[in-house]
Formats: sequence, structure tokens, C-alpha cells
Amino acid sequence: MNTPLPGTPDAPRLTSVRALAWQRRRAAIGRFWREYRQQRAGMVGLAGLLIIVVLALAAPLISDRDALDVTQATGDRLQPPSLEFPLGTDETGRSVLLLTLWGARISLLVGITATLLAMVIGTLVGIAAGHFGGWLTGLLMRVTDWFIVLPRLVLAIALAAVLGPSLTTIVIAIGVTSWPGTARLIRAQTLAVEARPYLERAKALGAGHWHQMTRHVLPNVMPLVLASTTLEVASAVLAEATLSFLGLGDPSRVSWGSMLSRANSSGAVTYGAWWYLLTPGLAILAVVLCFTLCGRALEAVFNPRLRGR
Amino acid sequence: MSKRSPSPVLSARGLEVDFRVRGGRRARAVDGVNLDLAPGEILALAGESGCGKTTLARTLLGLVRPSAGQVEYAGRPLAYSTGALKSYRRAVQLVLQDPTGALNPRHTVYEAVAEGLRIHGISDNERDRVAEALARCGLRPPERFFLAYPHELSGGQRQRVVIAGALVLEPKVIIADEPVASLDASVRGEILALLLRLREEFGLAALVVTHDLGLAWSIADRLAVMYLGRIVESGPTEQVLTNPRHPYTQALVSVLPDSPVDRSIILSGEPPDVTRIPAGCRFHPRCHELASGAAEQAGVAEACRRTPLPVLGTDPTDGAPAVACHLHAARLTPTADSPK
Amino acid sequence: MTLLDIRDLEVTYRSARGDVPAVRGVNLRLRPGETLGIAGESGCGKSTLALALLRLLPASASVRGEIRLDGEEVLGMSWGRLRAVRWAGTSIVFQGAMHALNPVHRIGRQIAEPILLHEKVSEAGARQRAEELLSQVGLPGWRARSYPHELSGGQRQRVMIAMALACSPRLIVADEATTALDVMIQAQVLDLIAGLVAERDIGLLMISHDLSVLSSTCARLAVMYAGRVVEEGPAHQVFADPRHPYSRALASAFPTIGDPATRGQPRGLGGDPPDPTALPSGCAFHPRCPVVLPECSSTQVDLVPAGPERVAACVRVDTAARSTP
Repeated sequence: MNTPLPGTPDAPRLTSVRALAWQRRRAAIGRFWREYRQQRAGMVGLAGLLIIVVLALAAPLISDRDALDVTQATGDRLQPPSLEFPLGTDETGRSVLLLTLWGARISLLVGITATLLAMVIGTLVGIAAGHFGGWLTGLLMRVTDWFIVLPRLVLAIALAAVLGPSLTTIVIAIGVTSWPGTARLIRAQTLAVEARPYLERAKALGAGHWHQMTRHVLPNVMPLVLASTTLEVASAVLAEATLSFLGLGDPSRVSWGSMLSRANSSGAVTYGAWWYLLTPGLAILAVVLCFTLCGRALEAVFNPRLRGR
Repeated sequence: MSKRSPSPVLSARGLEVDFRVRGGRRARAVDGVNLDLAPGEILALAGESGCGKTTLARTLLGLVRPSAGQVEYAGRPLAYSTGALKSYRRAVQLVLQDPTGALNPRHTVYEAVAEGLRIHGISDNERDRVAEALARCGLRPPERFFLAYPHELSGGQRQRVVIAGALVLEPKVIIADEPVASLDASVRGEILALLLRLREEFGLAALVVTHDLGLAWSIADRLAVMYLGRIVESGPTEQVLTNPRHPYTQALVSVLPDSPVDRSIILSGEPPDVTRIPAGCRFHPRCHELASGAAEQAGVAEACRRTPLPVLGTDPTDGAPAVACHLHAARLTPTADSPK
Repeated sequence: MTLLDIRDLEVTYRSARGDVPAVRGVNLRLRPGETLGIAGESGCGKSTLALALLRLLPASASVRGEIRLDGEEVLGMSWGRLRAVRWAGTSIVFQGAMHALNPVHRIGRQIAEPILLHEKVSEAGARQRAEELLSQVGLPGWRARSYPHELSGGQRQRVMIAMALACSPRLIVADEATTALDVMIQAQVLDLIAGLVAERDIGLLMISHDLSVLSSTCARLAVMYAGRVVEEGPAHQVFADPRHPYSRALASAFPTIGDPATRGQPRGLGGDPPDPTALPSGCAFHPRCPVVLPECSSTQVDLVPAGPERVAACVRVDTAARSTP
């Protein structure tokens, strides 16, 4: 009656359901990691991100926050790269290297928080629109359409004018303008999952909406959300740079966007201070590239069509 | 074998299900169905695709609300409030055709079987209950299968997991929609034997929706044949299959290998559209008895084309099959003896 | 004259997990006007066999042995010749007609296309042929102007058969051609195929998991298990009185209505079809065999005579045949 089960280890002595669930989760993570490792570009992106994040986190250890204080700047105005200032100085004599390090903190913080905000909104709207149907879907999708056609920059500027320029403003401005794409994506995936017979089985078992959405729909859209989040961080970092460049960020904090803005206004271009412009620019490029590489790799791992099980 | 129990566990009374098709027209997928399922009985519901058998099954499960008529469980009409449906779903379980699709690929066997328990908040002895359900379905030792994902199992094993997931709630009725159609032929018998064993051991009643009359012959006590939303013939399986009375049943039986019907009757054309149900007997445009003139001879040809047939009641108590056919009625009346 | 002659055919898929043998030494013969059914479960190699006939297998498959169509070796054929044979010599009807038809073209055009491509006829001539073919498969000629979505599943499957007949093939291979259809439509299509075979003297190789369908349509029947033919013989004999325990199990999965022995007695086989990457030793069927003998796990049995015009690959048949010469 029983045949050997391929791919399953011989009956492990399991004591509890929790131990069982943990074991299963570990196996799933292990499997995921094995597959992710096959993606060379993804590994490059991940390594790059790790380096950037470690540097950003280590900024307070490497240097004192005072190094950003204009009054305590040790260098001259727009000094080219030297041994003392490997990437030169800004118009107030601060080290561009340190500014970039500290700026990474703000850029990443804003990029990630804004994306998380957008993802939460997008996933909630997408799943609700896909699951319930009827007038609710109509309403949610019209709202989504409305946000899609709304120019992000204009909305962000209007928001900044109302809330005043601050980090929160930027996070909200980016968050509330970048969820509609995710919502549409998640809705499409939700509809695909809803058509699967296991949802019918769950309904016949007596599952309510909450159970269906959290146990069946969400786990199945989660990989997509994760891959999409990773890609979205890249565009949020860019958006942060844009808004800060336009002077909508917190003036007291250094971010890559605000560095570019100051470089522009201080005449670094005419002065030929390439180090001042190029450094934050390349930093943005590197972060965006790393996130994009990781996102694409996640997509490839999660999407069975690209992977072929 | 098919002793009629006075109190059916599940029944349909004048059930009608409408749905809207493209263009705003209404189609009637189920058009007046009376059905009784006795405790511990296996009833097969047969018919071609599009005859409404799957819609009927979904309506009996409470997944679709009927436009008219009612579903009765243990003598009481089914209420469609959330709470009432939830308790109903502990008692009446579904087994789907394709076990691969019916299992969430991200859930292990354990989670799939325990899902019903978690939905209904049964938390005592979860592990033992799951293990017992798996063992009953022939997955032994059950611990071996706990951690397996559906894609690591064979088709037959997956269907056993689906049945275990239904069984864990200790239901009274299982509604199985083509339970073996997507399984390999050699595995089918085992799954059908499992359904029979569950009936023996737990008195589980089952409604098996199928297009395969051989399946009905293997396991069903009674057989109901559906055509275009109505049951056209129903009765004890032996009688319906060895001596089919309705021309449609005759045709279905006749195309089987080694059929009890001598000549094979191949109906031409496709089953007609549910949005355009023919007048009179709904089968008359494809009926070979009408085409061959047999109905004319019996003087019912006009009735076949014009007079609608009454909806069949549940089976008469004498155990004889119920048949919705003018010709059959005409042949029965003058001689007044039912065929043996 | 043999229409199709398969000798010692072996097909192995090369994959990352290692070599997967799908067909392991199959010999089959088919004469014009003959019908041969190949039965077996998923993974037994029957579809691989069908694809191998016209070299439609993916590049990862390595094929050994001989396949002769009308005496011509298929495996060594040039591409140009192979294309000609694919149309004019042999046609394959697959399962799932919905996906094989192009949704944006009228079906008449889709039937006429190969005729125009392979024969020297005018466009009007090809169109007329298409309508004739449709009427041969029981569809009215005006259906040529329909699009695939306007047809039902059964009608589309008929269109597929009409397309298969378009260039008057000598051999038709039907791979689960009626599996997705309703009983009644299946009966219609099978009736049609049987009529065409008798009328045109073409060969039919029909592949299905459904032994009962094969036994009613085909004259001869071969049962495959784990890449090998385990039994071959006249179809009704193989179905009614199988000699190999696997054929017996497969046949009993399709009960005879009216036979009290099968009433309330669903029968099947324990266990699952074997994993082709790890086939059991000896007879590949022995782990599931209800009448297994000790030697089954070590001896591989070849097909041995099991009655007039019958062969089976089972130790029990072998010993029975030897004891009664």
C-alpha cells in the first residue's frame, strides 16, 4: 500500500507541530537560498547592497557626527581629492566621503520606509480588490487609476507644501504615490490564485474571507510582493533624490539628493568640482543597480515560468 | 442493497440555479431537481459536461445559492448565514477532481489536512487527528507524509490527502466531483475502494459526480442521470445500468464496451445550450426513439415535442427507477406492469 | 508490406538529475488498414513513443533503434524528407484541440494551409478540399468559415482529425485524441476514426490510458509499463483475458457493466507508477505485482508467447508456456 516517498527523508521523529513547522520553514529557506545562489547577477547585487548597508550603519563608528557640522569643517572650500579628503570637500569644507556615507543612511532609510508604506497599501488594496469583487473592487480600482494618472512630483510638492519639508513628508509623498502599480500587480495575481481549486476547497471547508486571504492568497502573492518591493526601493531612492534635489527634504539632514542639490546651487559645476557631483550620483546609481539586480533575481527564483521548477 | 431510509441526510427540493451569461441572458444550469441522499448511501450523479451536475454539487455544498427550492440537511433547510454555513460545512465535505489543484502547493500535507480543524477552531489533539485521518486514507505511517509537499506525492497520494482533509472534520456526507477522473487508471480502484471503506466504517454518505458510468457501477447504490439541468432517470444502479429506460441513459450505456444494450446508439450533435432549453421533452432533438418513429407509433411524438415533463420526485419507495420520458410512461400505462 | 516497423526503440531523456529512460526497447509492427492501441499510465513512455515516430522529441532525448515508415528509416532521414513524411506520410492528432488551432484564423484556412504547402493545387481547390474534409468528419462545409472559438470541444477535435487527413496520410497517430471529450462525443469521434481507417486503408496507432476505449476501437493492443511493452495481442483478448498481471489490473479498472463480479468491487493496484530514474530491478512491475514470485526482483522477462498471436512479459506466463508446449 505504501511506496517509498521520493524526496522525503525517512520518518523523522517529530515531537510537536511547532517543531515540525520550524523544520519545514528551515527547509524552505534553504531551498530558496540554493536557488538564489544560482543567480549570478543577484549575488553581485546582494553583495553590493551588503557593503552599502554595512557602510551606512558603520558611519557613526567611522566618523563623528560633528564632521557634518559646517562650523567644524576642517577642509577648504571645494578642495579636490587628496589624502586627507579622499573624495574632496564640499563648498563648506566638509569631506564628501563622509557626507556620502552619512547620506546613505537617509537615502536608504527613506527609500525603504517609503517602499514599505507603498507595499502595504498596494498589497492590501490589491488583495481586497482581487478577493471581494463587486462594487468594492470597482471603487478600489478607480482610486488606483486615479493615483496612476496623478503626477507624482506635483502631488509630492503639494504634500510638502502642506506638511512642511521633512523626512516624513518625503516618505509619505513617495509612499502614497508609488503603490498603484503594486496594487494592480497584486490584484492580477490574487485573481489567478482565487481561481485555483484549493480556494474552492478552503471555502467548502468553511474558511472565511480572512482565512482565505491570509492562508492562501497572501502566501501566494508574497513572493511577488517581495520581488516588487526590491525593485520599488530602487525607484524610491531615485524619487528621494529628486525631491531632495528640489529642496523638499529635511534641510538639516544630509542625503544624496540634498548633496546634489547643494552641489548644484553652490556652483560646483562651473567650478569643475566633479567629485562633489559625481560621488552622490554614482552612489545613487550603485544602490539602484544593486536593488534592481536583487529584485530581478528574486523574480527569477519565484516565478516558476522563468525557473521551470 | 439500497434500502430506502425514511430520513435522508441531505436532500434537494425543487432546486433551481440560474446564472447570468454574457449578453445578460439567464441560463438555468439546474432546472428543478429533487434528490435524496440517505445516511451511508453512495449516490452517483452522471451526465455529460454542461448538464449541470457540478453546479448541483456546488449548490448542495452551499457554495452557490439556489434561485428557487432548497437544500435540506438532516431534514432542516440550509440557512445561508455565515454561522449556519460554517457548521454545515463541518458536516458536508467536498472532494475535488484534480487533487493537484486542490492542494495549495505551499502547504505541507500536515497543513492541508489540519486546515479544516484550524478553520473550525478544533485545537485539541490536532496532531493525532491529522495522523488518524491520513492513516484512515491509507497514508501509513502518517508521520512520513507530514512534511511532504504536494509535488512530492503521486496523484493517488494527493487525492488521499484531499480525502483525509475532508475526513478530519468527521463529516456525515462527502460530495466528490469526479474524484478519480484525473488519476491513473490503476490507482482509481484504490481511491474508490477507499470511499467504500469509509462508508462501511463510518457510515459516510457520498454523492459522487461523474461522467463515468463504470464508476457508478463499481461503487454507487443509486444512480441519477442528468440532462440539461434535470434528472431524467434515477434509481438503483443495477436497474438503471442493466435496463436503462430513458433513451438518453440507453445511449450513454450503449457506447460502453460490453454494454448490456445490444446495439450502440451514438447520439449526434452536442448537448444543447442551457440558455436555449428545447420545448417539450428537453432531450427530444437528440432522441433516437423519436427519430426512429418509435415515439410516433406509441402516439407520444407530439407530446415529446410539446408537453413538458414533470420534475421527477425523489425515488419511489418500491425501489423502481423514476424516468422522465413520455414514451416510457406510454409503454408503462397500458400494460401496467413494470419491466423486470 | 509493413507500414510502421519499430525495432528495439530506446529513448532516454538527459536531464540534470541524470538519464531518464522513457522507452526501453519497444518492438511494434503495423500494416496498412490495421489498428494498434497502446495502453499505459502516465509516464509509461507511450507519448514519447508517439513523438519519436516523427522525430518530434526535444533535443535532450537520445533515440536508439529503428523506426521504419513504409520501409524508410525515420531516424536517419534528411530534414526535407522528414517534413514531407510528417505531412503526407503520417499525421498526429494530439489531445487538447483547443490549443492546437490558431484562434485568429478561420478553420477552413487552417485545413487548407498544409494542402497548399505540400501539393500543387490552386487556392480554390485547396478550399474545396477543406470543405470536403470537414464533411467527411461530420461537420457541414460552411463550418470552414468559422473561427475555432465558435466550435465546441468535440467539433474542434473533428477539425483536428480533418487536418490530420488533409494530405491523405498512410498512418494516423492519435495520442489521447478523445480523452478530454464527453462519453457521447468520444463515441462519435471514435466511430469516425474507425470508419476512416476501414474506408481508406490507413494505419492507426492509437495511444490512450483508457483500455476500454482501445479495446473497442483497435484490433490489436499493446500494454506498456515503465517504457516496455508488457503484453501484446488481439485487443478484445487482452482486455477480456489479460495474461500480464499489470494488464489485468488495468483492465479491471474499467468494470464491465452488468457483470456482478465487478459490482461494488472497485479494483486497482496498490502503489504508484515507478520513478523512471530509479526503476525497480528485474521486472519493473514486481513491487506492485499482486502475484509476485521470488525470482521477479532479479529476472528481467522478455516478451514470450502467451497464446495464439499473443505475447506477454511475465515469469508466470513463461513457465506456463514451457510446461504446456
